[in-house]
Amino acid sequence: MAADALGAILLTGVTLYAVLGGADFGGGLWDLLAGTTRRGRAPRTLIDESITPVWEANHVWLIFDLVIFWTAFPHAFAAVMTALALPLWLAVGGIVLRGAGFAFRQELTRLPWQRATGVTFAFSSLLTPFFMGTVVGAVATGAVPANASHASLAAWTSPTALLGGFAFVTACGYLAAVYLTKEAHSRGDRRMQAYFTRRAQAAAIVAGALSLAGLATLHGSDPALYARLTGRALPLVVVAGVCGVVVLALLTVGRIRGVRIVAALGVAAVIWGWGVAQYPVLLPGTTVTLSNAGAPHDTLVALVVVFIAALVLVVPSFTLLFTLQSRHLLSAGQNGTAPATASVAQTRPRPHEEQTSGMRAAVLGLVAVVALTPRRRRHTAPHDRTDTHRRSR
Amino acid sequence: MIHSGQVTLLAAAQVGDVVPARAQMAATLGFHIILACLGIALPSIVLLAEFVGLRRGNEVAMRLARRWSQAMGVTVAVGAVTGTVLSFEMGLLWPGLLRQYGAVLGLPFGLEGIFFFLEAIFTGIYLWSWDRLRPWAHWWSGVPIAVSGIFGAMSVVAVNAWMNQPGGFTQRGGQITSVDPWQVFFNHAAPYEMPHMILAAYMVAGFIVAGIYAAGILRGRRDRYHYTGFALGFVPAAVLTPLQMFVGDTAARSIAHDQPVKFAAMEYVPQTSRQVPEWLAGVYVNGHIYGGLKIPYMDSLLVGFGPGTRVTGWDSVPPADRPPVVWLIHLCFDVMVGLGSLLLLAGLWAAWTWWRRRRWPRPLLFWLLGAVSGLAAIVAMECGWVVTEEGRQPWVVYGLQTTAQAATTNGGVLASLSLVIVMYAVLGTATIAVLRMLARRWRRSDAVASAVPYGPPAVPQDLTTDEAGL
Repeated sequence: MAADALGAILLTGVTLYAVLGGADFGGGLWDLLAGTTRRGRAPRTLIDESITPVWEANHVWLIFDLVIFWTAFPHAFAAVMTALALPLWLAVGGIVLRGAGFAFRQELTRLPWQRATGVTFAFSSLLTPFFMGTVVGAVATGAVPANASHASLAAWTSPTALLGGFAFVTACGYLAAVYLTKEAHSRGDRRMQAYFTRRAQAAAIVAGALSLAGLATLHGSDPALYARLTGRALPLVVVAGVCGVVVLALLTVGRIRGVRIVAALGVAAVIWGWGVAQYPVLLPGTTVTLSNAGAPHDTLVALVVVFIAALVLVVPSFTLLFTLQSRHLLSAGQNGTAPATASVAQTRPRPHEEQTSGMRAAVLGLVAVVALTPRRRRHTAPHDRTDTHRRSR
Repeated sequence: MIHSGQVTLLAAAQVGDVVPARAQMAATLGFHIILACLGIALPSIVLLAEFVGLRRGNEVAMRLARRWSQAMGVTVAVGAVTGTVLSFEMGLLWPGLLRQYGAVLGLPFGLEGIFFFLEAIFTGIYLWSWDRLRPWAHWWSGVPIAVSGIFGAMSVVAVNAWMNQPGGFTQRGGQITSVDPWQVFFNHAAPYEMPHMILAAYMVAGFIVAGIYAAGILRGRRDRYHYTGFALGFVPAAVLTPLQMFVGDTAARSIAHDQPVKFAAMEYVPQTSRQVPEWLAGVYVNGHIYGGLKIPYMDSLLVGFGPGTRVTGWDSVPPADRPPVVWLIHLCFDVMVGLGSLLLLAGLWAAWTWWRRRRWPRPLLFWLLGAVSGLAAIVAMECGWVVTEEGRQPWVVYGLQTTAQAATTNGGVLASLSLVIVMYAVLGTATIAVLRMLARRWRRSDAVASAVPYGPPAVPQDLTTDEAGL
C-alpha cells in the first residue's frame, strides 16, 4: 500500500518535471531552430523571458524525483544507474551545459559570446530529453536487469528506446511551443503567437506520429507491454490522443485559453499510461516490483510525510511564482543595467496600479510574502524591450 | 560497529573503479561546495545590503545589493546544475551505497528537496522582481531563500554526518528492516557537523565578498562604494569566525571520541597513549614525522583538558581499516585551523581598531589579509572536507560499508572522470570570466556616472553599446 503510494508520488514527480521542466528544455529546441541572429531575435527574447525566472524551480522536480526513486526503491535505482550509466551521464552533461549556457548568455553582451553560450544552451537542451527518453525507453522495454553490474549499450539503443528519446524531445518542444503561444497571446504579440502556433501544431503532429510508431514497434518487440498499453492503460492512451487533437483544434481556431492545461494533461496521460501499464512491476522483465525494491515500511511512510510537507510548502510558492510570472512582474531585462541608475529614491513605493486580491489569495499562508504588492506593471511589448543592453543582436 | 574480515575481502575483490570514482566525487563536490556556500550565505549578505539600503537610505548599499543579486543569478544557476551532477553521482558512482543504505540516507535528502524548491522558487522571484515589487516586499521575498538555504544545508550535512556516525536503523541479514527518520537526521555527528558547515558557508561567502572589495581598495579604489562592499562581507564573516573556532574545537573533541582513527590521523597519534604531543605541520612517512613542530602534552590537553588524557591511536584498528594517506589528513587539518586563526586575527584587528579609533585599520597588511580572506576561507573549507572525507576512509558508511563496496562497477568511470574534469575546467573558467565581466561593466557605468557632474544625466545604454562592441 505504502509502496503503491510512493509509486504514485514518483510518477507525479516525473509528470511535473516533464510538463514544467520539459517545457524549459523545449524552449531550447525552438531557440536552436529560431534561425539567424536577426530573424531569431523575437522568438529568442520571448523564450528567454519565459524561462528565466522559473527554470531553476522547475528543475528541482528532477532532484526530487531522483531522491524519491533511490530512497523508496533503492535496488531498482542502483540497477538503472548502473546499466544505463552512459545515457544518464550524457543527460547530466546536457543539464550542466544547458543551465550554465543559459545563465551565461543572460549576462553576456558581446554577440559572439552570446551566440556561443546560446548555442550551448540550445543544443544541450536536446541532449537531456533525448537521453532521458532512451532511459525511460530502456526501462519500459525491460532492458535493465535487476542485478545490473555493468553499463550496457544495447539496453538503450534498441529501436523502442531511441524512439523514446525522439518522442521526449518532441514532447518537450510541443509543450514549449504551446506555452509560448499562450505567453505571446498574453503579451498581445500576434506575430509570435502565430509563430509558435505553427510550431506547436507541427510538434503535435510529429509527437503523435512518434507515439504511434512507438506503439507499433512495441507490438513487435514487447507484446506484453503493448497488450497492457492497449488493455488496462487504454483509457489513458485515449485521453492522451484526445488531448492532442483538442490542442490542435484549439490552436487552429486561435482559442488560446486553457490550451496549456490540455497540452500538459496529454503529456501527463502518456506518463501515467506507462505507469499503469507497468504496475506493479518496477523493472519490467525482472521480479522487481514497487513493494520489493528495497525500502522498509518506515522509510515509505516518512517519504509520504515528506511529500505532503513538500506539497504544503511548495505548491503555494509555485503558485506565487507562476502568478507573478504570468503578470509579467518578473523580468530578465531589468536586472542588468539598473545599477548605474538604481537609487533609493527610485525604489520608493508608488501608488498601486493593480488589483492584488487574486495574488494575495494565492500567497495566503506564506508569512514572508503576504506583504507582496506589485508596484507597477510594465506592459511594454516584447519588441520594445529587446533591450539594447542585453540583446544587441 | 562491525569490523568483519569479510568486508575487507569483498572490498579487495572489486577495487577497480573506486579510485577514479573517489577522484570524480572529490572534484565535483570540491567544485560545487564553493557554489553551495554562496547559495547558502550570499542571499543573506545581499539581503543585509538591501536592508541597509532601505533602512538607512544608503544608496551605495542598495546599488551593491542589486549588483550582487545579479552575480548571484550566475552562481545560483551554476550551483543548481553542479548540485544536480552530485545527485546523479550518488547513483552513478555509488550504487552500492544506495542499494544498501539509500532507504536510510535518502530521507534527509528528501527534506533537502523541499528546501531546494523554496530556494529556487524565491530566488526566481527575488532576482527578477527588482523595481516590480515594493521595496520591502522585494526584501521579504528574499528571506525564504536565506532561511531555506540554512535548512537545506542542515539536511545535506545530516547525510554526511550520518555517514560518519550511522544510526537510526536496524539491519537484519543485510537488509534494512526499520528506520527512525528522526535519529537518522539528528545523528550523533549532526550537532557539530551542521553548524560547522553552515558557519563555514557564511565565512566563505562573506570573505569572498570582502576579498573582492579589499582587492579593489588595494588598487587605489578607496571610495565609499568599496568600503561599504568590504564591510558588508567582512563584518558578518568576521563576527562568525570566533563562533566557528569554538564549534570546530568542539567537533574535533567529539571526533576524538566518535571516530578515534580519524582523529589519530588528524593529529598524528600512531599509538594509543597518554601525554600525547600536538604536531604542527610535518609529514608522516613510515613512522617518522619530518619537519613538524612538536608541542608536548598539547594534544592530550586539547582532547581532555589534562596532560594525562588518553588519546586513541590508529593502532587501535588493523591497517586495512585505517585511512590510506595520513599526512594529507593532518596537513589539511592544520591548514584549516591555521587559516581559520588567520581570519580570526584579521577580524580581531579590525574590531580593535574600530573600538579605539572608529575606523578601519590603515596598514597595508590588513588590506592584504582582507584581499586573500576569500581564498583563505575557501581553502580552509576545502581542507575541512578533505579531513572529514579522507579521514573516514576506508569506510563510506563508518564501520559498516567500505567505499570500495559502494563504488560502481559500470566500467566507465575513467571516461566520466575525464569528461567531468574538462567540463568543470571550462565551467569554472567561464563562471569567473562572466563575474569579472560583470564587475568591469559596473565599474565602467560608475565611471561614466561620476564623469559628468554637471552634464545631462548619464544614459546607461551608452556604456552597454560600448560593451556590446558596436
